[in-house]
Amino acid sequence: MPWRLLRFALNKKHPEPRMFTHHDKLKSSYDVVIIGAGGHGLAAAYYLARDHGITNVCVLEKGYIGGGNTGRNTTIIRSNYLTPEGVKFYDESVKLWQDLSTEFDLNLFYANRGHFTLAHTDSALRTMRWRAEVNKHYGVNSEVVGPEAVKEAAPMIDLSCAGHAPILGALYHAPGSVARHDAVAWGYGRGADQRGVEIHQQTEVLGIDVQGGKVKGVKTSRGYIATNKVLCAVAGSTPRILKMVDVKTPLYIHPLQAMVSEPVKPWLDPILVSGSLHVYISQSARGELVMGASLDPYELHGTRSTLDFVEGLSTHMLEMFPFLSNVKVMRQWAGMADMTPDFAPIMGKTPVEGFYLDSGWGTWGFKATPVCGKTMSHTLVNDTPHPLITGFSLERFRNFALTGEKGAASVGH
Amino acid sequence: MKILTCPLNGPRPVSEFFYWGEVRPMPEPTTASDDEWADYVFNRNGAPGVKREWWCHTPSNTWFIAERDTEKDVVLKTYFYPGEE
Repeated sequence: MPWRLLRFALNKKHPEPRMFTHHDKLKSSYDVVIIGAGGHGLAAAYYLARDHGITNVCVLEKGYIGGGNTGRNTTIIRSNYLTPEGVKFYDESVKLWQDLSTEFDLNLFYANRGHFTLAHTDSALRTMRWRAEVNKHYGVNSEVVGPEAVKEAAPMIDLSCAGHAPILGALYHAPGSVARHDAVAWGYGRGADQRGVEIHQQTEVLGIDVQGGKVKGVKTSRGYIATNKVLCAVAGSTPRILKMVDVKTPLYIHPLQAMVSEPVKPWLDPILVSGSLHVYISQSARGELVMGASLDPYELHGTRSTLDFVEGLSTHMLEMFPFLSNVKVMRQWAGMADMTPDFAPIMGKTPVEGFYLDSGWGTWGFKATPVCGKTMSHTLVNDTPHPLITGFSLERFRNFALTGEKGAASVGH
Repeated sequence: MKILTCPLNGPRPVSEFFYWGEVRPMPEPTTASDDEWADYVFNRNGAPGVKREWWCHTPSNTWFIAERDTEKDVVLKTYFYPGEE
């Protein structure tokens, strides 16, 4: 691999084609139209082309590739969920993640770090035990560990958390990892592009043509497309699309903010999460501390960031790691999280024939990128939900049969 | 939005307030069908727009209505729920 890089040094011109083909015009019809060129949408396009041989596919993106929540999350990958549906689903995703760099021939900086969810109260510790036992039952590597294991993995931590939230133990999940989030969208996008899928950036969906309860086409800012199948994978913009097809869901949008510090020498190997203190933290390959907290407290369809967030998160961060007091915050940003009442996604078919949803990804969508692509492509092709996503149907609300995923995002619910 | 105007206490920092979602009429529980009830319990108008929302000023426990543009994050007006002052 390093030898291959020599070509770039020795050639006067860039020796590789551009990553994505530019298409001047939309075709008049496609077999499948995917709305949203984030990780989820591009993964679905990739698996449609690779596993199902469907390449007459168009991915529409109103902004740019991976510019939504794919590029705004804190890049954590894990499968230590609480419900059997969740554990099986995310475990499949983690297995897919592990091979992606090789599959794409693109370095995703996938780094297996280990993941601690800290418990500061007896009740939190009880939930950790519950999660560990469910995980082990489904073959996922999770253990409840004591405070000494946390101290050993992160020696800089103040185990008393400034005296008021002492760490009693943690759920340790060895497969917990981080990856470079933009590269995931690029890898799936390039793989789909090479197989004939068309990716159209700067193309906004203005309406969806539904006749007699069936999808007939999509109106875009660059013209009309006829199609019988539409996959909506737009996270925080999902309710805007749902309004076009008149489908009601429980989705509501709150911003989720995150920030990174200036780069510092490597000192933190594992990923740490504290639900009680509303903190999650990991150190990126560049040395930045990647930090997040809980959802913003009210509905908003925008990505503004606030000083309140930096102040609140920093306060709790310093309770865990007092030595960080002189480290500067470098950037902060927000994404629009599409939340559901039970913290499980909404995936699969809808009352409109040919309109498929991959939504409700709230604060837990990045880690699911590969498995969403796999299961949604299967669902589109067979017009019946993949066995791994039957617990995530939109129908579950009408039937009062929620999935209750309390292990989601660990923080701030 | 960083300052919200409480109808009782005037302009206060938004951190003093609690958000309780859009004002939604409840169907009659004894006569509503299962579908109507599920629709009321779970479904939300998640699309952006100007919405009437319940807010509470927590130090004084004052509940009131805010009309807010959820795309621009601008509060158009705040007032007591009609009949409650």
